[in-house]
Amino acid sequence: MINSTQLAARFRARVVEMSHAAGTAHLASSLSCMDIVAVLYHSVLRLDPLNPGWKDRDRFILSKGHAATALYAALAWKGFLTEEQLESYGRAGSLLEEHPSPKLEGVEAATGSLGHGLPCGCGIALAGHIKKEQYRTFVLMSDGECNEGSVWEASMFAAANRLGALCAFVDFNKWQATGRSREVLALDPLVDKFRAFGWEVHEIDGHDHQQILQSVQDVSPSRQKPTMVVAHTVKGKGVSFMEDDNNWHYRIPTAEEVQLAKAELGVL
Amino acid sequence: MRNVFAKTVTELSDIYPELVMLAGDIGNRLFDSYKARHPDRFYNCGVAEANMTGVASGLAASGMRPITYTITPFNTVRCLEQIRLDICYPDLPVIVVGTGSGLSYAGLGATHHSMEDIAILRTLPNMHIVCPADPVEVRLALHDALRLGRPTYIRLGKKGEPVIHSSDPDFRIGRGITIRNGSDVAILGVGNMLATALQSAEQLNHHGVSAMVASLHTIKPLDEELLAGIFSLHKLVIVLEEHSLIGGAGSAVLEWGSLNRVDLRKLICFGGPDRFLYACGEQREARASVGLTSENISQQILSRLQEPDAPWS
Repeated sequence: MINSTQLAARFRARVVEMSHAAGTAHLASSLSCMDIVAVLYHSVLRLDPLNPGWKDRDRFILSKGHAATALYAALAWKGFLTEEQLESYGRAGSLLEEHPSPKLEGVEAATGSLGHGLPCGCGIALAGHIKKEQYRTFVLMSDGECNEGSVWEASMFAAANRLGALCAFVDFNKWQATGRSREVLALDPLVDKFRAFGWEVHEIDGHDHQQILQSVQDVSPSRQKPTMVVAHTVKGKGVSFMEDDNNWHYRIPTAEEVQLAKAELGVL
Repeated sequence: MRNVFAKTVTELSDIYPELVMLAGDIGNRLFDSYKARHPDRFYNCGVAEANMTGVASGLAASGMRPITYTITPFNTVRCLEQIRLDICYPDLPVIVVGTGSGLSYAGLGATHHSMEDIAILRTLPNMHIVCPADPVEVRLALHDALRLGRPTYIRLGKKGEPVIHSSDPDFRIGRGITIRNGSDVAILGVGNMLATALQSAEQLNHHGVSAMVASLHTIKPLDEELLAGIFSLHKLVIVLEEHSLIGGAGSAVLEWGSLNRVDLRKLICFGGPDRFLYACGEQREARASVGLTSENISQQILSRLQEPDAPWS
């Protein structure tokens, strides 16, 4: 069976192709969070693509909805989407829009406007708490997203209600659309902030699959604190000429660049 | 209205094990009975309405039936995007309840007035807008909103509104309720303006004008059958609402009438002006300052009936 590292490389190649074919932006945002997405879908999330509404499933919310291609690649691999559906990404009439639609199976929340995923994740986790269910809820945010006040409202809510089955990631790639996320607003010290807000906080290398896996192993309804994983990442990770270059927040790769990227990723 | 609201959700929470109350740090003691019966289904979400609305969406997506509750402007325009994207876009069964709507909290100043909420929320796809007229309609509206299971905004006054219905009317979201029959004019009272509508009708009666009165408790979807009937049978159709004239129930009727080619010269809308209210005063004074009194309304109706170029003359 394919391991999560191979899977992440395959997903990366796929999203580069998708960005080129559909002419859509936010490629570097998809690449930075890809290891987290790959580990979660490969080794963590309990899901049943034949029964997408299974009540005991783990929930995953891509709160940074602009990285939709990362989610679509994972949903297709897992079997929630067909290869034909994945091919339709960005085409007129397709349900695979540039931000995840609530009409798609496997999508737990409509995201794209930042700051919505964590409050919604709190509600899902709270429902599990009320009904004494064992599922876990995972939310993946961007660092720029932490500009939104609703993230901090939700952080206080999750701690107050001891949502131990809730786990959030910050894909801390140090960039937002137009600048360094540490400079646009005073984001640092991000780890201390979430710790002060009452979360169990792990600070990890967001490209190290073992660290990603370890950071979520204790997430459980029996815990008294929600878990925040501040994952240090590189925007555009995996394609040397995109890494840490914020032009790739919006740039679309040419056919030649797609081939170069795939060669680097070892996916041909 | 709010006491009946608290009593009703307490009763409904016994029937609906999925019902969850989310409050925005208001209603101290109001929900004591609810909390005593269902401590695991009441959450004070603090002064954080955006999060409260998002939490409601997550609950609803997980099979629960949440109701969010706080002062109207904070539970509507403050968290508008959460209502739009988290509730309406996925079409989730969340009930958003605003308390102290319109000019109910006139004395607290414009921060607490809510004269724009209907206009703004009714533009959202999937949303239902319900404005109960009295405590009886509050109870029935909650029952029906839970039956409906769609995004629903319930616009409450505050405490102390008079009971208008002596017995339970047939209440369905989207269907108005005729309160009194009359042949000359039809007055549609929206929410807590229904009492004023009835007073206006009584005053018109003293002048020999027969006025039909209905509770137009649902602004979206509109009761098209009711509207078609009154526009064909009555000389004038009057809409009364404690809401801005821009975009509210009157506008909704105008839009419907334009689409359905009825004679819109018959329509008179009474509501609030396109300005903030700055002066001190309680609901009564605030209403008087914008012409929302039965005396002004009945006088204007009488004047219109006497116009020589009226559509019926």
